[in-house]
Parts: sequence; C-alpha cells; structure tokens
Amino acid sequence: MTSISAEALHLEGVTKPYGSRRAALLALDNVSLRVPRGQLFGLIGHNGAGKSTLFKLVLGLITPSQGRIQVNGCAVNGPDFRTTRRALGYLPENLVLYDNLTGLETLRFFARLKGAPQTQCAALLDRVGLTRAGGRAVREYSKGMRQRLGFAQALLGDPQLLLLDEPTTGLDPSAIRDFYDQLDLLRSQGVTLVISSHILAELQQRVDALAMLSNGRVCAQGSVQALRERSRMPLVFQLRAAPTWLQTLVTELPGQLAGAEIALQQREPDLLELRCPREHKMRVLAWLANAELSDLQIHEPSLEDVYFGLREAP
Amino acid sequence: MTVSLQWRQVQAVAAKEFRDRLRNRWVLAVAVVFTVFSLLITYFGSAAQGQIGPRSIELTIASLVSLVIYLIPLIALLLGFDAIVGERERGSLDLLLALPITRLELLLGKYLGLAGALTLSTVSGFALVALLLYQRFSWAGLYHYAGFVLSSVLLGLAFLSLAVLLSVLARDRTRASGLAIALWFALVLVFDLLLLGLLVATGGQFGGESVAYLLLLNPADIFRILNVFSLDDVQRLYGLASILPPALSQVGWLASAMLAWIVAPLALASWRFRP
Repeated sequence: MTSISAEALHLEGVTKPYGSRRAALLALDNVSLRVPRGQLFGLIGHNGAGKSTLFKLVLGLITPSQGRIQVNGCAVNGPDFRTTRRALGYLPENLVLYDNLTGLETLRFFARLKGAPQTQCAALLDRVGLTRAGGRAVREYSKGMRQRLGFAQALLGDPQLLLLDEPTTGLDPSAIRDFYDQLDLLRSQGVTLVISSHILAELQQRVDALAMLSNGRVCAQGSVQALRERSRMPLVFQLRAAPTWLQTLVTELPGQLAGAEIALQQREPDLLELRCPREHKMRVLAWLANAELSDLQIHEPSLEDVYFGLREAP
Repeated sequence: MTVSLQWRQVQAVAAKEFRDRLRNRWVLAVAVVFTVFSLLITYFGSAAQGQIGPRSIELTIASLVSLVIYLIPLIALLLGFDAIVGERERGSLDLLLALPITRLELLLGKYLGLAGALTLSTVSGFALVALLLYQRFSWAGLYHYAGFVLSSVLLGLAFLSLAVLLSVLARDRTRASGLAIALWFALVLVFDLLLLGLLVATGGQFGGESVAYLLLLNPADIFRILNVFSLDDVQRLYGLASILPPALSQVGWLASAMLAWIVAPLALASWRFRP
C-alpha cells in the first residue's frame, strides 16, 4: 500500500467533546501525535484521560469535532475505507465476544467481515494457544482466554497497525509476559503497535516511544529516556555503609556537592538515600568512589515518577 | 462517506443472525407456537357454531387473521428491538464497526438475518394447516391461504423493520423494549379504536371516505384489509364492500403500502445510525 505520510498514525489538533457536540467538557483537547511505522508506541494516562476516546477516533467509530486523523496516510472513513480498516487490528478495552459461538466460529465470523482467509483462523488459534479450546463456546472461556481470542481476532488479515486498548488488564503475570513476547515478534515483522495502559511500569521497558495523556491533553511525548530528562525528576542513590560512616557522609556531602540541589534521607541506620538532579550524577559518583560503602544502587526515575512529574508541571 | 455496498459483508452478518436464531431454538419455538395456535383455530374456530374442523377456507383465514394480527407484530418487535442497541449495550458494537463493514451493511445484515428467521418460523408454523386445507379443499383453497401466509410474512417484516428502527434510536435495551411494547400497543390495540372514535365522535362528518385511507398508516390494518376485506365471503358477511374506497381493495396498492412499511423504517434507521 502506498501512501504519502511516513507515519502509521498521524493525529493533528484532534478535539472531541464528551457526549453531545456542544458539551463544554473535552474528552480530547487539541491532541497531536505521530507514530512512525514499526514502533511499539505506548499511550499512558489514568482512567478517563482520553485513551479509549483516542482509539475510537482512530478507528472512525466517532468523529472529531476538530482536527485530522490519518492511518497509513489515509483518512479512516475516507474513500479507502475498506483498505484502511483491513490494515487495522483492534483489541478493545472491554472486550465482548459472542458467548454462543465457539472460539473458531468467532474467528471465522470476524475473518469473513475482515476479508481474511478462513485458513488463518486455525493458525491464529494456535498462535494464541487456544487450539484445544477452539471448539468450545466462548461462554466457557476464562477472562484470559477471551483476551487471547480477542488478540487473535485483532491479528486477522495481518494488519499493519494494531490498536490495543489496555490489553493486559486481568491477565496474570505469565500471560502478560507471553503477550509482550507476541508483541515483540510482531514488531520485528514491521507491525506498528499502539498500546494503552495505566500501568506505567509495564510499558517502560518495552516501548520505543510514548505519549502521556492527562485530561484529554498530551502532556508529554517521546522516548522514555527523553521524558525522564524532560521531567527533571531526581536520580536516587541508595548508599549502604556502616552507621558511623553514614554519619560522616551526612555531614560532609552537602559541602562537597555545593551548588547542587540534593536531598538526604536516612532510611535505616545503615541506609542513606540521596536525591540529586541528573546533571550531578558523575560528581556524586566521583566523590562516592572514595567512600567506604558496602553497597550502592542508582535508581532512574520510574515512568510513574515521570508521569506525575510532568502532569504537575505547568 | 460514500462507500459502495458489499453484499459479502451483509451476508456474513445475516448468516450469523440467522444461525443464532436457529441455534437458540427461537425459530423452532415460534414455529411451534404458530402451529399449535393455527391448528386450534382451524379445528375449533367454528366450535361455537356447533362444528369442528375447517368450515370454509375464507372463514378459517378470517379466524387466523385475528390471531396473526396480535401475535406477529409482537414477535417481530421482540425479535428486532435488540438488534443494534443490544450490541451497543453489551459492548460488541465497537468491535464490529472497527471492521471493514459500513453501518448500512451491518444494519441490513442484521435485518435480513432476523427477517430470514422470522419468515422461516412463520411459514413452517402455518404449514400444517396448509396440509389440512389441501386435504379438505384441494388446490383451490390453497391460493387464498398462500396469500394469507405471504401477507403474514410481510406484516412481520414491516414490524421487524420498525423494531430495528427502535433499536437504533433507543439509548439502551430497557428503553428499546419499552418502546417496542408501546408501539405494539399503539398500532395493534389503540390505533383502530382512535379511528373508530374519530368517526363516531364526528358523526361521520370528518373526512368522509378519506378516513379509510388513514388505515394505510398502520401495517396491521393493511394486513387486515388485505386478508379480510379481499375475501368475498367475508366482505359479504361484514357488509364491508360498501365502505371501502376502491384503492383499498386493490391488492397491488396494499402490497405497495406494506413494502413501504418495510423500507421506510429501515431507511430512517440507516440515516440515524451514524457515527
């Protein structure tokens, strides 16, 4: 498929009010996003931040009051409607399938509508580990099995862009790991993945880039590292040493690091926590090299910290 | 959005709807209800006159009409009110609409699938009586009876179309079911009473003959005219020939009105069903 735009997904100034058109509350407020092809892109925000609304807009289920949305360079409800939709896979936040159909029948039904070959259904069931359950009614499926079936449904027709809305809620840790393994595989095949979550820790190791949504606005966008730097959240050094040594550290450190905004906190008799801005990292390390420490740990700010840091930033 | 209609998509949805009703035994249940009632009416409909078994085709049909006119609208409304609002409320609608299917295709697919189920159950439900009438009156009788079955199917399709419209308009399933029952009440029970009241209250001054055309505003009345008033026997019995304007005794016009009742609500539904 040829297209003008290099982005798999491109939103420009998208605004959408809640409910009726004239409502004052905005579900999305002037949102602009670019997701390059082949990326695993995270969309984070607390519940009600606008993540699901954004997905629905991208899918063309609702229309923005302002702004433009392009999927692979095409308007989603434009003349290339069917081509655009075929290139999309969607796993909704609250997945509801037809209880009376079996797993295989479910995939067959969606495959027909999506124009995907019927032969793909069995292969996808196998891929999500549901081959044995394929002949059973979805009514009997556990939450995890439903989610896997929904994921298989999203993969019908080998879409180039996958939209996964909170796909791991309700999954156990091992299922979550399997799920991300699948995503890595897809990404290696060049599929673009947009995944939303309010569990920040889950995304930070895995995404290429992310956007943070808060109250319908994108409050930050970029790689995890770039966001860390932008958020100016301090690094945390955890120093372990004999209590007497720690006392020396507490008295000497502020003088040694004059000019840097540092904060010290004694957590335990032999554990001291030092917070300081990223730019002083090497100075601290150089000074600590001569200290008699039994252990040293450096913590980067988590995505969680960054999120709250950026959300509170003006 | 101008995307041409693909029958493949309509068929996929219709096939699922139809198969769902076969599987959950809806078709079977309705067919059994129709079979039992139609046999009872055919056999015992003239019991009051001291007779058992079908007396004449036309009187049998006249008795069946009074059953069908209550039952089929109710069944069709209950079948269809859930079509769209049910998927919306359960949360499966978004997943469907995210596929390469237009809203019109989804709507038509739903309608045709349900229409297939309704038609199958109606036709098979009236099949036993057809056999009975054939034994008794041979082919001559079946012509009228076939007309009755066909018009019953059309009546069902018209109310199904109205039900699908409600299903698009209503915000949730509860409202949709309430509206469906209200519509049944209004068209099947209240409409005729109002019309009659109007005539009597104005001493027949209001509109004169044209009042009869108001009957076209109700698919249930179109069905009644199609069956009762077009049967010579019955017309003579009720002395109706004199009061009906000529257009209303033309089957073609009546059938067209019925088709309009099928198409118009669906068209309105498709117009209202947009992002």
